[in-house]
Amino acid sequence: MSHPEKNHIVPYSTYVIILLTLLTLTALSILVTSYELGPLAVSAALLFATVKTTLVLLFFMHLKFDQRIYAIMVSVVLLVFILVIVITFLDYSFR
Amino acid sequence: MIMSQPAAHTEHFDATASKIGMWLFIFTELLLFGGLFIVYSVIRFSHQTAFHLAAEELDVVLGATNTGLLLLSSMTIAMSVSAIQFGHKRFTLILISTTILIGLIFLVNKYFEWSLKIEHGLYPGSATLQGLGNGDTLFFGLYFFMTGLHALHIIAGVSILGWVLARVASGKIHGTHFVHLENGALYWHLVDVIWIFLFPLFYLIS
Repeated sequence: MSHPEKNHIVPYSTYVIILLTLLTLTALSILVTSYELGPLAVSAALLFATVKTTLVLLFFMHLKFDQRIYAIMVSVVLLVFILVIVITFLDYSFR
Repeated sequence: MIMSQPAAHTEHFDATASKIGMWLFIFTELLLFGGLFIVYSVIRFSHQTAFHLAAEELDVVLGATNTGLLLLSSMTIAMSVSAIQFGHKRFTLILISTTILIGLIFLVNKYFEWSLKIEHGLYPGSATLQGLGNGDTLFFGLYFFMTGLHALHIIAGVSILGWVLARVASGKIHGTHFVHLENGALYWHLVDVIWIFLFPLFYLIS
């Protein structure tokens, strides 16, 4: 019982556009953190990394095109991870 | 003693289940590195100045080059999943080989980067680091552990993609049965995503 896989085939051009966007974001994050921003530099660098990761997840890892179940699973895991970080930092800020 | 075999062997295969299994594995990897990122944040929080200064020891150009390389390899392996569905077998093989090659170049860069650090006496347990204090020791401890664990994942990824390459070449992975290529690609993207966070945390925030 072998089902042929049916997928949305992503055109090559989409991947090229995403790569160029990712490289631009990398360059921007280097540029932004080269200024003396102090504590803001951490937030800025993490913001760029988060945007880049979202692009990789949606396009390279096909979450945008695949069945919804994968995206739901990933969202739940990320939510749990973010909760752990928030709880850790609440602990550190108020002890 | 061999029991009676079914008359006709029918392959039972479920691509969705296979991919869900791969994602579950990726989640364990995310939590492994996630835990390390939390350790990094907490230690950074208590040794801000030392982390600030220690990060300036790292070579941003080399880090950025490796980031660019991994992003490029992520694109080539993503493209290979489209290529196999378009029926472009030759192009698929070229794309997977390119990804493997870039992974190896990444490791060579890492080798030179680590050698330079070790030459400067910056390695876990070194006399230089002990002289610099706790903050620097922790920074370089985390640097070697996290980039080292990531490098092990690159080696694992290259091996998986090597296996996938052989299966595409022999025709076992083809246009209607390519979930192993997809899963190999997912693993490679995971390695890329981890680096996307390692790069700013170690090289940029200085």
